[in-house]
Amino acid sequence: MSATTISSHPTHYEDRIVTAFTMCSIIWAVLGMAAGVYVAAELVWPALNFEQPWLSFGRLRTVHTNVVIFGFGVSALMGTSIYSVQRTCHVRLFAPELAWFVFWGWQIVLILGGLSLLAGYNAGKEYAELEWPFDIAITVVWVCYAVIFFGTIAKRKIAPIYVSNWFYGAFIIVIAMVHVVNSLALPVSLTKSYSLFAGAQDALVQWWYGHNAVGFLLTGGFLGMMYYFLPKQAERPIWSYRLSVVAFWAFTYSYIWAGPHHLLYNSIPEWVQSLAMAMSLILLAPSWATMINGIMTVSGAWKKLRTDPALKFIVLSLAFYGLATFEGPMMSIKTVNVFSHFTEWTIGHVHSGALGWNALIVFGTYYFLVPRLMGQPLHSRAMANVHFWLALAGVMLYVLAMWGAGISQGLLWLSLDDFGEVRYSFIEVMEAMAPYYLLRLVGGLLFFTGAVLMAVNLFMTMFNGQTVRVTPPIAAKSGGH
Amino acid sequence: MNLLALHKRLEKHTGLLIFGILFVASIGGLVQILPSLFQESLSTPIAGLKPYSPLELVGRDIYIRESCSVCHSQQVRPLLAEVKRYGPYSRVGEFVYDRPFLWGSKRTGPDLHRIGGKYTDVWHRLHMLNPRAVVPTSIMPAYPWLQSRSADADGDIEQKLRALRWLGHPYSDADIETATEALDGKTELDALIAYLQMLGKSAGGQQ
Repeated sequence: MSATTISSHPTHYEDRIVTAFTMCSIIWAVLGMAAGVYVAAELVWPALNFEQPWLSFGRLRTVHTNVVIFGFGVSALMGTSIYSVQRTCHVRLFAPELAWFVFWGWQIVLILGGLSLLAGYNAGKEYAELEWPFDIAITVVWVCYAVIFFGTIAKRKIAPIYVSNWFYGAFIIVIAMVHVVNSLALPVSLTKSYSLFAGAQDALVQWWYGHNAVGFLLTGGFLGMMYYFLPKQAERPIWSYRLSVVAFWAFTYSYIWAGPHHLLYNSIPEWVQSLAMAMSLILLAPSWATMINGIMTVSGAWKKLRTDPALKFIVLSLAFYGLATFEGPMMSIKTVNVFSHFTEWTIGHVHSGALGWNALIVFGTYYFLVPRLMGQPLHSRAMANVHFWLALAGVMLYVLAMWGAGISQGLLWLSLDDFGEVRYSFIEVMEAMAPYYLLRLVGGLLFFTGAVLMAVNLFMTMFNGQTVRVTPPIAAKSGGH
Repeated sequence: MNLLALHKRLEKHTGLLIFGILFVASIGGLVQILPSLFQESLSTPIAGLKPYSPLELVGRDIYIRESCSVCHSQQVRPLLAEVKRYGPYSRVGEFVYDRPFLWGSKRTGPDLHRIGGKYTDVWHRLHMLNPRAVVPTSIMPAYPWLQSRSADADGDIEQKLRALRWLGHPYSDADIETATEALDGKTELDALIAYLQMLGKSAGGQQ
C-alpha cells in the first residue's frame, strides 16, 4: 500500500466511511460496556452512586442501554451494511456525501443524546428515552441512511438483490416505522414532551416498538451481517437459498405480533396477550431456520475454526442466537411468564442476546473486516484468541447468574405459606440476590476486558494502514449470481 | 401457485422489495395494535380518578427524569401472591392520565402501584435522602439533590397542564391559573412524595 491519500475516485468502493463507522462503534462498545459494568457494581455497592444525579443507577443504566444499542450496535450495522451493499451490488455507494452526513449526524445524536440522558432529559419509554428533538434528528438521519442504502441497490449491476440486503433493508424500514409512531408526542418545552398515547394504549404502542427494536435492529440487522460475513469467512455459499427466502418473510411477518408478550397479565386486553404468546411461539420456526442455515453454511469449513479467530466468534454467536430465540418464546408462555416477568431472568435473556449474539457477531466480523479494510494483517492473533475465551466465560457467567437470580426471584415472590400469606418479604428476596449480582459483575468485567483487548488490537491494526482502495469487478453482466 | 417465483420478482425490483417488507411488517400492527387505540374501555377513567395535581405531576416527571421505572414497576398483576403483597391488582382505567405509562419491566425494588398511604411522608423523606437509614440492606441510590431544588425550577407547570388539557385531561382554567401557586415553597422532594402518596389510591379502596 502506498502512503498516498485516498481520493474519492468514483470508481472505488466508498470504504473510508466503513472505517469511520467501525472505529466509532468500537469506541461506543467500550464506553457502553463500561457504563454497564459500573451500574452492575452499583447494585453490589450502592455507595458507588456517590449521591450524584448523573452517576445514579437510573440515569446511568439508561445511558448504558442507549450507547450499547444505538452507539455500538447501529454504528456497526451502518458500517457493515455500507460495506456489503456495495460488494453485493458491484457498485460504488450511492450519494457518498449523504453517507457522510449520516455518519456525522448519527454520531452527534449519540454524543448529545447521551449527555441529555445524563442530564435527566428522558421521555420515559424504554429504549426510546431520548426527547423529541432527538427523535426528529434520528428520523432525518434514518431517512438519509435509507436513501443511500436503497439508492445503491437501485443502481446495482447484479440482477438479484442478495439476501443480506433483504435483512438490512427490513431493519431500516421497520425501525423507521416503529420509531416514528412510538415517538409521537406533544412538546411542552425543548426538553420535555408528553406521549400522544396514554396508559394501556401507550404500553401497547411502546412494546410494539420495543419488541421490534429487538426484532428488526438486534435480530434483523445482525442477520444481514451474518448472511454477508459468515459465507465470506467460511468461503462457502449460503447452505439453502430456499430456506433463507422462507425464513425471511416468516420472520418479517411474525415478529411484529409478539410485542405484547412484554405485557402478559398486565392491564391490556386478554386476546392481545394470547395472540402475542401464540405468535411468539411461531417465531421460533423462522429464528431457528436462519440459525440452521448459518450453521450448515459453516459445515465443511469446521477446520477453519482452529486457525481463524474471527469465524469462531461468528459460530459461537449463532449458538447464542439459537439459545436466545428459544428462550424468548419459552418466556412468552403465560405460565412461564408468571415467574419470569419483572425478574433478573429478563436481564439474563437480553444479555444472552446482546452479549452472546450481537456483540460476538460484531467482534467476529471486525476481526475479519478490519484487516481487509486496512490491507494489513491483524495486529495480534493471540490477543484475539484470548478475547474469545474472555467473551465466552464472561457471557456464560453473566447469563448463569441471571438465570439463578431470576428463577429464585420468580419462585420466592410467588411463594405462599400455609395460611395463604406471602412467605418472604420483598427485602428478604432482594437480599438473596447479592451473590448473583456479584457473579454478574465478574462476568460483565470479563466480557468488558475482552472488548478492551479487541479495541487495542483493532486500533493497532488500523494505525499501521490506511483504507484500501477496492474497485468493483468490471463488466459483471446482469443475471449472474 | 409458486411462491418462489413470486420471490424471484421481489428480489429483482428495489421498489417491490421495499413495498413487500412494509406490507408484510404492517399487518401485525394493523390487526393487533391499531384497534386497541380506538377501544374506549382502554381510555375510560375508573370511577373517582382525578388528573394529577400540579405538585403530583411535577413529582411524576421527576420519577421519569430519574428513571425510577427501570427498577420499580407500577403494575400489580392479578395473581394471589401479588395481591397479597401489594394490594388490589391494577385496573386499566387507573392509567388513562399516564403519559407515558410507567408499568416498568423489572422489579429490582418493589412494585409501587399501591405504595400510596403505606408509609408516612417522613418515612419517604428519610428514605429518599438515605435509603439505608430506614432499610439497612437497601441497594437504592440516595436522592439528596431533590431536597435543594424548587418544584417549580423549570417554570413550565402551566404549559404542562395546557399540553395535557389539549390531550384531553380535564383541567379547568382555574386549575391552570393556580398551578404555579400550588408549587409555591415546595421542593422536588415534596413533589415526588406527593406523587408516591397518591399512587394507586384510585382503586376506590377495593381490597
